Amino acid sequence: MNKLTIKQYILKFQSIIALLVMCIAMSFLSDRFLTVENTWNVMRQISVNLIISVGMTLVILTKGIDLSVGSVLAIAGAVTASIVKFGAEIPSMNVYLQFTLVGAIAGGILAGVLLGGFNGLMITRFKVPPFVATLAMLTIARGMTMLWTGGFPITGMTKEMAFIGTGWFLGIPMPVWISAVVVLIAVLVTKRTQLGRHIYAVGGNETAARLSGLKIERIKLIVYSVAGAMAAIAGILVTSRLDSAQPNAGAGYELDSIAAVVIGGTSLSGGKGSVMGTVQGALIIGVLNNGLVLLNVSPFWQQIIKGLVILIAVGIEKINSKEE
Amino acid sequence: MEQIKKPVLEVKAVSKHFSGVYALRDVNLQMYEGEVTAIIGENGAGKSTLMKIVSGVYHHYDGDILLHGRKVDFQNPKEAAQSGVVIIHQELNLIPNLSIAGNIFLGNELKTAVGLLDYRAMEKKAGELLRSLHLTINPSTPVDQLRVGQQQLVEIARALLFDSRVLIMDEPTSALSDFEVELLFRIIRDLKAKGVSIVYISHKLRELFEIADRYAVLRDGQSVGQGWMKDTCQDKLIQLMVGRDVTTLYRKEPTCSECEVMRVENLCFKHPVYRDELLVNDVSFTLRKGEVLGIFGLMGAGRTEVMEAIFGLHPGSVSGRICVDGKEVKIRNVKDAIAAGLALVPEDRKLQGLILNMNVANNTSLAVLEQLTRFSFIQNKKERELSEQFVKKLNTKVSGTMLEVDKLSGGNQQKVVIAKWLATHPKVLLMDEPTRGIDVGAKTEIYKLISQLAGEGMGIIIVSSELPEIMAVSDTILVMSESKLTAVVSREDATEEMIMKAALREKA
Repeated sequence: MNKLTIKQYILKFQSIIALLVMCIAMSFLSDRFLTVENTWNVMRQISVNLIISVGMTLVILTKGIDLSVGSVLAIAGAVTASIVKFGAEIPSMNVYLQFTLVGAIAGGILAGVLLGGFNGLMITRFKVPPFVATLAMLTIARGMTMLWTGGFPITGMTKEMAFIGTGWFLGIPMPVWISAVVVLIAVLVTKRTQLGRHIYAVGGNETAARLSGLKIERIKLIVYSVAGAMAAIAGILVTSRLDSAQPNAGAGYELDSIAAVVIGGTSLSGGKGSVMGTVQGALIIGVLNNGLVLLNVSPFWQQIIKGLVILIAVGIEKINSKEE
Repeated sequence: MEQIKKPVLEVKAVSKHFSGVYALRDVNLQMYEGEVTAIIGENGAGKSTLMKIVSGVYHHYDGDILLHGRKVDFQNPKEAAQSGVVIIHQELNLIPNLSIAGNIFLGNELKTAVGLLDYRAMEKKAGELLRSLHLTINPSTPVDQLRVGQQQLVEIARALLFDSRVLIMDEPTSALSDFEVELLFRIIRDLKAKGVSIVYISHKLRELFEIADRYAVLRDGQSVGQGWMKDTCQDKLIQLMVGRDVTTLYRKEPTCSECEVMRVENLCFKHPVYRDELLVNDVSFTLRKGEVLGIFGLMGAGRTEVMEAIFGLHPGSVSGRICVDGKEVKIRNVKDAIAAGLALVPEDRKLQGLILNMNVANNTSLAVLEQLTRFSFIQNKKERELSEQFVKKLNTKVSGTMLEVDKLSGGNQQKVVIAKWLATHPKVLLMDEPTRGIDVGAKTEIYKLISQLAGEGMGIIIVSSELPEIMAVSDTILVMSESKLTAVVSREDATEEMIMKAALREKA
C-alpha cells in the first residue's frame, strides 16, 4: 500500500515536472534562457514574490486571504527609504535622529507588522471577513504611502541600502539569500513547531481547534502580522533594487502571490498545502514571466497565458483530489 | 387469498468498485409496494453506496436496476426523482436561509407566465404537503428556524413533491428525539398506506422492528440475509451484520465511589441573542469519582448546552459555580477547562471533534501539543508514541498513525476524538452523543471503554438521545426538559416510562 504507482508519482510531483518541462522547452525556444545571467535574473525576480507568498501561504492555510500585501510592501519600502535618507526629525524637541541601515530596515518591517497586525485585529476582534478587512487595508496602506511620499518617489539612498537588492554574497544574489532564509524558517515553523501545527489545525477545522483549547485569535493575529512583515521585507528589497521607493510599488502583487500559493497546491479552503509547494508555484510563475518576455510575447497575451496556467494547475489538482 | 406482488424496484447482481476495492458485490434486492424494507449493516458494509446507485448519485456500476420491471439507468438524482425514486440523505441537504417552500421547490421552481417565481403557487402547494405531514408551519419560514426534526419533515415534503414511488431514508432518526421519531413513523405508515415503498437505513435495530416489514442485511458489500422482520429477532440480525455473536444488551458494572469529583451549582446559560431566554435554567448536580452520569432529554431540552456551559464555550452568557475536587474553578475558555481537568467529546465529531485532513497522530496530540515540544519544536517520536499508546488502549483500527482521519470509519474516528481528550488526563470526561452514527460493534467497545475509565476513577457525564444507551451505561440519570432538570434517578430505580415522563414534563 505504501508503494506509489507511476500515476501517483506524477501527481505528487506535478509542479516540479511542470517546472522542468517549462525550463527544457524554454531552453530550446530561446538561447538566452539557459544562461547564468538570466538564471540569476529570474531568481532575483522570483525572490520578491516568493517572500510575499510565504506570508500569504500561512494566511491561506488558516483559510484566510491577504489582499493588502502589495500596498503594505509600498509603505514599508517608503518608510525604510525615508529613514535611510532623512533619518527622523522631531522639530518640537529639536531632535534629529540618524539611523543605521539596520534601524531603517527595522522601521520598515515594523510598519508591515503593525499594518498586518491591524488586519488580524479586524478579523479576530471585529469578525470582519479577511477578504474585506485586507481589501480595506489595500486602499488604506496605498493612501498612506501616497501621503508619506507626497506622491513622488524617494530616490538616492546609500550604497549599503543598494547592496540588499543588488549585491552578491558568495556568488549568489542577496535577494536569493534572503528568500532562501525566509523559506527555510517558514518550512521549519510550519512543519516542526506547535505554531505551525496550530495554523494547519485552525484552517482544517476552526471549531474543532477551538474546542481543543487552541487560541484561535492569537494564531490568526500572528499569521497576519507575519504576512505584513513578509510584504515589508519584499518592499525593502524592491526599494533597494530600484534605489527608489515608488508610491505605486507592489500594485497587483497580491495576485501573483495568491497565484503562486494556489499553483503550489495550497487549498483556499484552508488546512492543506505547504511552503515548499509555494516555492514551486513561485518558480513556475517566475519562469513563465521570464520566458514570455524572452519570447517577445505581447504583454496582453502574457496576462491571458498566466491566467490559463492558474486555471489548469488548480483544475488538474481538483480533478485528482476528486478521483481519490 | 394473498396476491403475488411484483417488486416496484429490483436490484439485480449489482457490483460497484472504487479503484479496485469492491464496495458492493453481486447484490440482489427487491422492494415491494407499500412496504418498508430495512437495509442493515455495519458502517462500511455498502448500504449508502447501494442507495446512491439506486437513486442515481453513482451511475457507473455493474448489474441492473429495474423499476416496475423495466431496466433503468439514472444519470443523476434528478432523473431518478422524476421517475419516482427519491433519496433523503443522512446529512440534510437544505439551504438554511431559504424558506420551507423555497427548499421544497429547489430546482423545480414554479414560474408565472412571464417566467418569474410564482411564490403564491409554491407556498400553497408546500402548505398542502406540510399538512399531509402533520406540520403546521408557515411555508415561508426560513428552514434555519426549524428544529432538526422539522427540517427532516421538510426533506420528506420535498420527496413527496415528485409523487415518489420509492423513498429512501438514510439514517432519518439519527438526530431526532424519540417523540419526533414517533411522528416520523406515523408519516411512514401514512405513506405505506398510499402504496409508497420505503427503504429505511438505520443503526437503531429497535426502531426497525417497529417500522420495517422486510430486512436485507449487507456485510462487506454482499447481501448476507433477507427476510421478514417478524420472523427474526435483534440477536439474529446483529449476528448477520457482524458475522459473530455479540452481547446485545451491555450493562455497566457499578464503579461509583463516595468521593466527589465535580459539583455544579445553579448553572444558568442565557441565550446569546435573546437574553431573557434561558438555555440552561438553574441546573445543579454532583458527580462522584468513578460515576457515570447520564443526561437524557428530548432535542432542545438543553443537554448539549449544559456540557458547553461547563466547558467554557459561552463565558459571557453562563453563570453558576463549578467545583472540581472541592475547589471552585473559573472556566472562561477551553484552556481553563482543560487546566481544571475537564474534557469534552463533542456532539459532532466531524464538525467539532476532528481536523479531518490531519492524521491520527496529529489529531491525538492537538490538545497536549505543548507537552510534546522541546525548544518549541514538536518531538515527532513522542507524538507518535502518544498516539500509538492510545490506538492500542482504545483498540482503534488503523493501519498506522500517519493515516488521515477522514479515511476512518465513524467508530474509529470517535476513538481518535476520545484519545485526544484522554491524553489530557482529565478528571471529568464529558461526552455528547458518543455513539451517534457508529456501528454496533464500535458502540459496544465505547460502552466498555466508558466502564473501564470509570473503573479507573474518572467522573463521566454522557448526553444521549437514546434511552436504552443511557439506561445501559449510567449510574445516575439526570433528565432535562425545557432547560430545567426534571428528575435525578439512580439506575436501580430507573424505568423507561418514568424517564420519558420526566423528559416530557412541561413548565409548570
